[in-house]
Amino acid sequence: MKQNKKNKGAKNVLMFLLYAGPAVIVFTAVILIAFINGIQLTFTDWNGLTDEYQYIGFSNYADAFRDALFWESLLRTFKYAFGVVVITNVIAFLIAFGLTRGYKGQGLFRASFFTPNLIGGVVLGIVWKFVFSEVFVQLGKRGIGIFKNNWLSSPDTAFLALVVVAVWQMAGYLMLIYMAGIISVPKEVQEAALLDGAIGLKNIRHIVVPLIMPSVTICTFMSIKSAFMAYDVNLSLTNGGPFQSTELVAMRVFNKAFQAEQYGVGQTEALILFLIVAAISVTQVILTKRQEVEA
Amino acid sequence: MKEKKNSRKILFYIIFVLLLLAFLYPFFLVVMNSFKTNKEVILNPVSLPAGLNLDGYLKAYENMNYLQSFGNSLFVTVGSVLMLVLISVMCAHLFARNNWKINNIVLMLMVASMIIPFQTIMIPVVKNFSSLDLTDNLFAVIFFYMGAHVAMAVFMYHGFIKGIPYELEEAAMIDGCGHMRLLFQILFPMLKPITSTIVILDVLAIWNDFLLPYVLLYKNSLKTLPLMTYSFVGQYSTDYSLVTAGLVLTMLPVVILYLFLQKQIIEGVAQGAIK
Repeated sequence: MKQNKKNKGAKNVLMFLLYAGPAVIVFTAVILIAFINGIQLTFTDWNGLTDEYQYIGFSNYADAFRDALFWESLLRTFKYAFGVVVITNVIAFLIAFGLTRGYKGQGLFRASFFTPNLIGGVVLGIVWKFVFSEVFVQLGKRGIGIFKNNWLSSPDTAFLALVVVAVWQMAGYLMLIYMAGIISVPKEVQEAALLDGAIGLKNIRHIVVPLIMPSVTICTFMSIKSAFMAYDVNLSLTNGGPFQSTELVAMRVFNKAFQAEQYGVGQTEALILFLIVAAISVTQVILTKRQEVEA
Repeated sequence: MKEKKNSRKILFYIIFVLLLLAFLYPFFLVVMNSFKTNKEVILNPVSLPAGLNLDGYLKAYENMNYLQSFGNSLFVTVGSVLMLVLISVMCAHLFARNNWKINNIVLMLMVASMIIPFQTIMIPVVKNFSSLDLTDNLFAVIFFYMGAHVAMAVFMYHGFIKGIPYELEEAAMIDGCGHMRLLFQILFPMLKPITSTIVILDVLAIWNDFLLPYVLLYKNSLKTLPLMTYSFVGQYSTDYSLVTAGLVLTMLPVVILYLFLQKQIIEGVAQGAIK
């Protein structure tokens, strides 16, 4: 009997190694070890080249707290994220609402709005750089006032350009999630609400939105995360310019490490960014989850 | 009443056609200008091309090392996604059918790890891969993608397998069906919806990824398509005929795929987000 149990134990270990082993190994090697190494690196003066480094206590943290450019870029990222998250979610929801009203052509519209999501951010950024600096400037010369100056050449409009592209890029994705949410609202609830006189905006505000709160939770979570991580479009559309005025925090961290070659400080800033994003995401999920109701 | 309905319909189409233009016009502009000479583009980027000038395409194709970059992207994407599906379905099946402590711990770690942004592990990944001499190595890139996406795939498979009655597997086992055969011949076909969601999400994410290959691949002959596009555009940034043609070449593979698999891709993405 005891022998049997031992055999079963050994068999289970083998099963685990065989079935879960590969997944656990790649996960550990790529994510877990890197994450732990990342924390470790914040206490060292690693220079990016050699294998040797010294432990230097909290001096990277002190440097990170004194790094004005980092905090400026973080503040800018907060503004950017706020704008992108609010505008994208509102637009995506309204599009989804419109497309679920039963008009013809829904499939074509849906497929077109989703198109930017098929293409990588760097490529989209290059596309829009061409549009902003060649096409819009030409339109400006022909009397379209808002395009009189190249948007990418002054700080405020360049920042706005980043927001515009991010909204354009992400709205189609969130639209899909909102559509799935709206379609799942039970027909009887909608009919009863309409009979009770909840139409138009009232219907959206009091019936549809409360019932699709799970979609709202997912969409805000995803848009917050992607806004704080934005790098690709930032790189290819403005490259942080003019004069570092549109540098978002992900780009700042990258440049601190790979251009200024201050890997320790860069990693410390990356870790601070992680803690902030984690805190915001968890709070957001708790807050919106609380709003979820049963139909 | 009917009139009101009609005017609403008209309003809907006006708004949505305008939106459609806003979403697709940038792509249209790029395609249109790719057939012009650079001079034409600079003079008037909104006019239709005077003729069908293919010089931009020929030059872009050559300078981007197109076939090679395309091949690199394809190799990395297909390799990573195949391996991902294989290792995650095996792991998720074990986790779903055996309530061992270690399984729950690993699954919990995987779920928690999904909140970690790439930027937080980027520097240590570069450090570790360089010290193991794994830069400029497409297999290392595949290895990274497996690790980076495995948590999500295991989580999704796990949830789906839990919803399939266990009796079916018990019956098969009584009939003498081995574990591996059970998993791949009986269960795997039933997992098709979730597999296609995972494949679509990971193919899009990996094919379009920029930052990881950017920090791990330096040789031109190993660069993936987005990477090559970026350095190509950096080099010829003022030749718009060339830039726009390059952009079209880069976007073409995914757009063609989309034309054929539009419905599956949209369904897959929508399903993936809800799970």
